[in-house]
Amino acid sequence: MRRPDRTFATLDHSTPTLPARADGSLPYATADAAEQVATLIRNCERHGVKLFGLGDPARGIVHVIGPELGLTQPGKTIVCGDSHTSTHGAFGALAFGIGTTEVGHVLATQCVLQRKPRSMRVIFDGRAPDGVSAKDLALLMIATIGADGGQGAAIEFAGPAVEALSMEGRMTLCNMSIEAGARFGMVAPDETTFAWLKDRPYAPSGDAWDAAVADWKTLPSDDGAQFDEIVPINVATAAPMVTYGVSPDAGVGVDQVAPATRGAGDRQAFDYMGIEPGQKLSSVAVNRVFIGSCTNSRLSDLQAAAAVMSGRKVKLGVTALIVPGSEKIKKEAEAQGLDAIFINAGAQWREPGCSMCIAMNGDQGAPGDLVVSTSNRNFMGRQGKGVRTVLASPATAAASAIEGVIADPRPYLIKETADAV
Amino acid sequence: MLFEPFSTLTSRTIVLRQENVDTDQIIPARFLTTTSRDGLGDSVFYDWRFDEAGRPRNSSVFNGLNPGDFRILVAGSNFGCGSSREHAPWALLGYGFKAVISSDIADIFKSNALKNGLLPVEVDDDFHRYLLSHPGAEVSIDLENGVVGVHGGGMSSVFKVEPFARRCLLDGVDPLGHLLNRKNAIENFEEAHA
Repeated sequence: MRRPDRTFATLDHSTPTLPARADGSLPYATADAAEQVATLIRNCERHGVKLFGLGDPARGIVHVIGPELGLTQPGKTIVCGDSHTSTHGAFGALAFGIGTTEVGHVLATQCVLQRKPRSMRVIFDGRAPDGVSAKDLALLMIATIGADGGQGAAIEFAGPAVEALSMEGRMTLCNMSIEAGARFGMVAPDETTFAWLKDRPYAPSGDAWDAAVADWKTLPSDDGAQFDEIVPINVATAAPMVTYGVSPDAGVGVDQVAPATRGAGDRQAFDYMGIEPGQKLSSVAVNRVFIGSCTNSRLSDLQAAAAVMSGRKVKLGVTALIVPGSEKIKKEAEAQGLDAIFINAGAQWREPGCSMCIAMNGDQGAPGDLVVSTSNRNFMGRQGKGVRTVLASPATAAASAIEGVIADPRPYLIKETADAV
Repeated sequence: MLFEPFSTLTSRTIVLRQENVDTDQIIPARFLTTTSRDGLGDSVFYDWRFDEAGRPRNSSVFNGLNPGDFRILVAGSNFGCGSSREHAPWALLGYGFKAVISSDIADIFKSNALKNGLLPVEVDDDFHRYLLSHPGAEVSIDLENGVVGVHGGGMSSVFKVEPFARRCLLDGVDPLGHLLNRKNAIENFEEAHA
């Protein structure tokens, strides 16, 4: 192994989100899952790789803790054996998912062979209306360019609506680049980026900080830079988005109807989802809600969900799972009393991990379940055999948990404004 | 040498007409907790091939076929999208496939496939449509010349493979050797950027 000093590891995909048993053992879904975790721990010890392991207050989903620790910085090249590595592009890093063989190449040589991708700039014009989050912008972008619209491309997300996003929002947007087919998504680093990174454990400090910021300021695309493709998206009339099919590009506003079929593939998708073309999406019954994943498990996501759930109850018959992205976020959320809001509403407050996004740790739905999920993929069976997934923002997922049907979160925002007055 | 050099391949096809076949369909996540690559071929397209009770589905195009007779999978556009799991090409290879043909194959899947001797072949739309509507056609793939065609039918398409990966496939060599041979350049870079 060439550079253990530049390699970091965490445990997220296979770890249980239920607490340890009385004897201290963890309730792994399968012996294989426990063995996979044990293998990583052994390998990290053997090769001197820093592991944010079980019991470590910095453990969490890799795409949540990389930024949290300040390991993710502008201008870095970051790879991980996970397609959502594009998340780190929110900081102006070149970050992309690779396969197992390429992980081996990186561990052995600190190099990975790549061809230059084509360049694409998606410009979000206008100001996003209240109740429209970064997740909604991501789903709108994917619905606009298609699940293969970014094939072979590195995407730069730009425009006033992106500049206005928090770092957490930018991470959500870059996270879902791969759902548009692009391995890379990125946002130019700016003052928002620098303020977020300052004083993080692995961020430079003192004089090194000033030098780093000066360097980072040279990274944004030049004025007049040429792109192979430019896609403008107007967000001024955007609505909270939900998906109705089995591909992440099958997204529409939550107040819309499912569009007509385009072909045989769509028919299969509608049959699987049990949703008919022309059906009003806000009438579709929901029996599970998942709030979490590398897309939407950060503190602001949990705050958005808590704002909707506060003082309300999850609809009878709906199971709602809230899974923070990291130990740090869990602690911060608990300090703000968010756990109490969720628990009082009847939702389950879990330990950090990938959980129902990939459903390989035992957290999954049953055949026929309809899940409103803040994760990134609505593929058939993704959240368990025969489980149907509707992708949405944390606020939309929370509103759906309360109403027991796919629900528009905007009325909840309006009510709070009225209450405040 | 990592695998058999790939020069030409002739085989009948299995056709999946669906678009956007993601790697969760190719191999569901519950099979990913394994720490070994063996036996993944048994799990390829598991939920498409088998029902809840583990019985073969009558509706599956795989039903009743002898895997060894079919080395080429033809699929709708954007094949292999989604998760970066390399288990997807491993499972396809384990089943017996040596090549995947589509109009459009997802980036990470393509990269993973090439590193394991599974050839991703992106063909023009006309030839793609022909293949989709002729399951079981006998197809020949000539990697050296970048041509794929149907025997007797006259239909064919050119295709491109990233040149370095193509060389590795033709020679049956592992790209890791290429990187390891550049140890001096890596050391020089690290010293200059310490």
